[in-house]
Amino acid sequence: MMQQIVMYPLLFQLFLSIALIFLWKKISWQKAVSIIGSFINLGLSIWLFAHVWENGTKSIQAGNWEAPFGISFVADAFAASLVLLTAIAGLAVSMFSAGSLRSARLKFGFYPVFHFLLLGLCGAFLTGDVFNLYVWFEIIIICSFVLLTLGGERSQLEGAIKYFTLNFLASVIFLTAIAVLYGLTGSLSMADLATKVAEIENRTLVQVNALLFLVGFGIKSAIFPLYFWLPASYHTPPPAVSAIFGGLLTKVGIYALIRMFTLVFEIDPFIQNVLLGIAFLTLFSGAIGALVQNNVMKIFSYLVICHIGYMIAGLGMMTEVALAGAVFYLFHDILVKTNLFMVSGVINRIKGTGDLKKLGDLYADRPLMSFLFAIPLFSLVGIPPLSGFWPKISLISAAWDLNNYWIIAAILLGSFLTLIIIVKLWSEVFWKTGQKLPEQQNFPYFNKLRNYKKTQLIVPIVFLSLITLYIGFGAESIQNLSVRISEELLNKQIYIDAVFNK
Amino acid sequence: MEVLLATMIGTLYAAGIYLMLKRSLVKLIIGVILLGNGANLLIFLLGRIAKGSPPVIPDNSKIFLEAYTDPLPQALILTAIVISFGLQAFAIVLVKRVFQVVKTDDIDEMNTTDAQV
Repeated sequence: MMQQIVMYPLLFQLFLSIALIFLWKKISWQKAVSIIGSFINLGLSIWLFAHVWENGTKSIQAGNWEAPFGISFVADAFAASLVLLTAIAGLAVSMFSAGSLRSARLKFGFYPVFHFLLLGLCGAFLTGDVFNLYVWFEIIIICSFVLLTLGGERSQLEGAIKYFTLNFLASVIFLTAIAVLYGLTGSLSMADLATKVAEIENRTLVQVNALLFLVGFGIKSAIFPLYFWLPASYHTPPPAVSAIFGGLLTKVGIYALIRMFTLVFEIDPFIQNVLLGIAFLTLFSGAIGALVQNNVMKIFSYLVICHIGYMIAGLGMMTEVALAGAVFYLFHDILVKTNLFMVSGVINRIKGTGDLKKLGDLYADRPLMSFLFAIPLFSLVGIPPLSGFWPKISLISAAWDLNNYWIIAAILLGSFLTLIIIVKLWSEVFWKTGQKLPEQQNFPYFNKLRNYKKTQLIVPIVFLSLITLYIGFGAESIQNLSVRISEELLNKQIYIDAVFNK
Repeated sequence: MEVLLATMIGTLYAAGIYLMLKRSLVKLIIGVILLGNGANLLIFLLGRIAKGSPPVIPDNSKIFLEAYTDPLPQALILTAIVISFGLQAFAIVLVKRVFQVVKTDDIDEMNTTDAQV
């Protein structure tokens, strides 16, 4: 009976999104159901995480088909913690969108689609089958298309064209890779593939296949030469939508990369060099891109790209320490990026613009709130003892062990450029004496909002900031979790045994 | 048959990507459709083509005695077709909306989100 626990967060999200469809016209009901549902989902995810933490990797076979033939769902520590983080970010964004989205958007089914998106994310984390992973990816992208275009403003539609085209291309490349993998092995179950791929004699074809997966997931996770859809589209939807996109969508690509390259494919020196080169260039180009932007949302969009580089670097180095660093960074990044896009939404609400040149005075006007916003901003830079600092130690010490000084340089350069960007942002937005902005008609300014709306905007930011602070100050527990995850990732027999129920 | 299919898949992929690189939105949609079909045929081809041998084990035997047609790729293609159908339907509606709002179908004109630094 305890096996079914793997499916609970998934099934609950499905149930929740269907229930929300039935409340199509009743927006205040939708808000209430979504927030309460997200709380329950958080409870279920904590339960799943605690269960996996106590008892090790759990799996369940859909329809009770025996392991390599059916679709298995596997919750190891990695998947379970990501499901937990999805639930946390989902709860925060659900509350934030109740306060920040205009009712015109909510009337066209924001909440049901949002919960279908979370369903897709949970599914992608939990599945143990490559083709099923493709299906979850498709659920994620179709929901993200709807969320991106909801509202139908010109910039949103223009961004959506680029987003759609490149994500569709990524899906086709992913599907092609699955087809080749199936042709090579005759299996789709990841645990089965783990043994079968290693036995294939035609290594060149395996390597080409691995690169197809790398390109497919690479477009989705916005790595160096493939990221151009992201800055074109992420700043166009409302901040609540950008928050869930920036926090989770690119990270699911990273998750898939880590999963495929630890479980199914061996990392040989060629792919290792490719990954490390990509990591270097992603860190560099994302940071340089953010440096020249003048819009808060666009700066954060480029920083999403920049910090993908750390996780790719960790994956590329492929030692236990490096993977632990990458996983830790992934956890930290999901929370901080979600939080930052919400912060940019609140800044926009207070001043009526997101343009750095026009912003200013925020510290003088709202000192307490500025202090709150400082937590995610400086966690992102990784000023000790905040959360971004600890995974970088693991990454640097792993690179040191491998004598790979280029990667150390890239990690330090990435952090340094992020520091410059955040300091620039801080002085422009918070400290600078701002100009008097003309008041816009019909703009829902923050101080004109009713109190419960203000609470709905601020509470999620406080919530995520507290968790970020916990990650920073309680880094030891997160580090233990990351080390355990990287041990599990490198020792694939644990995963295989869990799927085949040995 | 394999050579014919392989050539066709190659042509579909090439044509799809070529059309996606065009500036016209309608050609983008056609490219998306061709690329999706190419991927579906690729799954079909890589599931091995064995004509006229159903995946049924004979009565007096416990295992397959000869090569059989794998039914799984067809299930995969069915799923992929449904998904790409949904995506293409969305894309067509999106393109229609974009054309109504931006009043052009030239993708080069749609760079306002990139232009403003």
